[in-house]
Amino acid sequence: MMTDDVTIPINVGPVEIARERKAPAPAQRETVFDIRDLEVNYGPTTAISGVNLEIYRHYITAMIGPSGCGKSTFIRCLNRMNDLVPSAKVEGSVLYRGQDIYADGVDPVEVRRRIGMVFQRANPFPKSIYDNVAWGPRVLGMRNGLDDRVERALTSAALWNEVKDRLKKSALSLSGGQQQRLCIARAIAIEPEVLLLDEPASALDPIATSAIEDLMHDLKKDYTLVIVTHNMQQAARVADLTAFFTLEVAEGRRTGVLVEYDSTDKIFTNPSDKRTEDYVTGRFG
Amino acid sequence: MSVSAPEFSLRPSGRLRRRRIVNRIMESIGTGAALLAVGVLGIVIASVAVQAAPAISLDFFTKPPNLFGGAGGGISSAIIGSALIVGMATGLALPVGVLIAIFLTEFARPAVASPIQLVLDILNGLPTIVTGIFVYGLLVIGHTQSAYAGAFALAIVMLPLVARAAQEVLLLVPSALREAGLALGVSRWRTVLGVILPTTFGGILTGAVLAVARAAGETAPLLFTTSIFNPAVSTDVTHSLPNIPVLIFTYSEQPDKALHEQAWGAALVLMAFVLVASLGAKALLARSRRKLGQ
Repeated sequence: MMTDDVTIPINVGPVEIARERKAPAPAQRETVFDIRDLEVNYGPTTAISGVNLEIYRHYITAMIGPSGCGKSTFIRCLNRMNDLVPSAKVEGSVLYRGQDIYADGVDPVEVRRRIGMVFQRANPFPKSIYDNVAWGPRVLGMRNGLDDRVERALTSAALWNEVKDRLKKSALSLSGGQQQRLCIARAIAIEPEVLLLDEPASALDPIATSAIEDLMHDLKKDYTLVIVTHNMQQAARVADLTAFFTLEVAEGRRTGVLVEYDSTDKIFTNPSDKRTEDYVTGRFG
Repeated sequence: MSVSAPEFSLRPSGRLRRRRIVNRIMESIGTGAALLAVGVLGIVIASVAVQAAPAISLDFFTKPPNLFGGAGGGISSAIIGSALIVGMATGLALPVGVLIAIFLTEFARPAVASPIQLVLDILNGLPTIVTGIFVYGLLVIGHTQSAYAGAFALAIVMLPLVARAAQEVLLLVPSALREAGLALGVSRWRTVLGVILPTTFGGILTGAVLAVARAAGETAPLLFTTSIFNPAVSTDVTHSLPNIPVLIFTYSEQPDKALHEQAWGAALVLMAFVLVASLGAKALLARSRRKLGQ
């Protein structure tokens, strides 16, 4: 039986490329983020510099690269979480559906309301499972049908069946993987348009990691996902597009730069930059 | 197989032996100092309890002092007065102190926070007699002594304690929780109110209880503000109210053995309150730390 949707896994060393993953053809692209000349400084240190890239709607875009290359700094620019670091200074522009989120008069609270984020370490509130998911909608005034909303979010996060009988229990009683899925449920309960995931599985065991990865595939129907990972296999498994960042050392200063951004297939099988090739084949990093 | 003499010794010798002896001596001095503290507290508790024993009875807690002195009567009016004064002081100091702590930990830039921090520390070190005379000049001269003036003075004493304690528990909240709230598109204030404060509730309460325990025993500010009173039970805070610290002070100066015993009794009540409050605060803090998963 040969149909179009069966693709043969391509092997590049140990990295197995997932199925049903494709980069958008230019005609289908709908740009969500258009990042131009992004530079972030923490005091005198430049974390990333000269980053230009576009992120497309309903695709999963992965940021990979060695530690300290600025992937997390980059993703935190997309919903202005870097505002919380007093010394951080962002230059260049981040256009979200055509609007610069760093323009004067833009409220970071409104930006984050549309662009949700899941962090490296699960950070549930010390409240009940239900309240963890319901708190955001309640505060933001989405009080109608709150129970349904909580159920929908937990179902989307593939957690409903495990917690439906103990919604009033403390969220801290859940396992690490469950807590992380709860954080995803909490983020999608307010119906953001984009979900940023900053190494969401790095603190989880392989089974919990695989649950999160499956979940990402399901979520991309409704959301645009951007994931930071230092795990190349993970990027290869889940992402449609992959951006490779690295650290450039010049005159004793270390700066994160974007090396290559392309479809995941291309990055892992036929990268155009030597540095990308060295990284994905395990010769560096 | 014969056992030959070892090539080297693992037993202490020379300098090491000397260091071990010095170590032993320092350890015993330290232990002694710690025991001394425990001993002092033990002696204070024991002597107060022994001296107070003749005064303690049900009447002591339920009856006001005898109008004309002498045996009989109790300190109920002073207990009620102290509770009112300290209660009002807490009502003033707790909200302001918590707000200061929230401002310092959640909103202020370091350049703003550190001078305020310093001011709080100075306020904490301010002798209470100075606070007393300040409030005397502010609220008593030209008016009369009153319970609310006393409460105001005690609130000044409590404010830095509450603020520092609240600040310490707020700093225990992992920044990941703040990020989680903010990443949901919730403003800073709502995050503080909805997530940070509920998480730290136990710890803030602990700080409040310790401040209450401290304020309950403060005497100097009350001497200026609410020391000349009618011994009868009253809840009129616009007048001087009897209170335990001032009662201990005045009774102990009276030439009357029964009143001396009552002064000891009142001291025991005050001490028991402070002990219970401190132990309760410790338990509360342990509970809130568990809740934070630390």
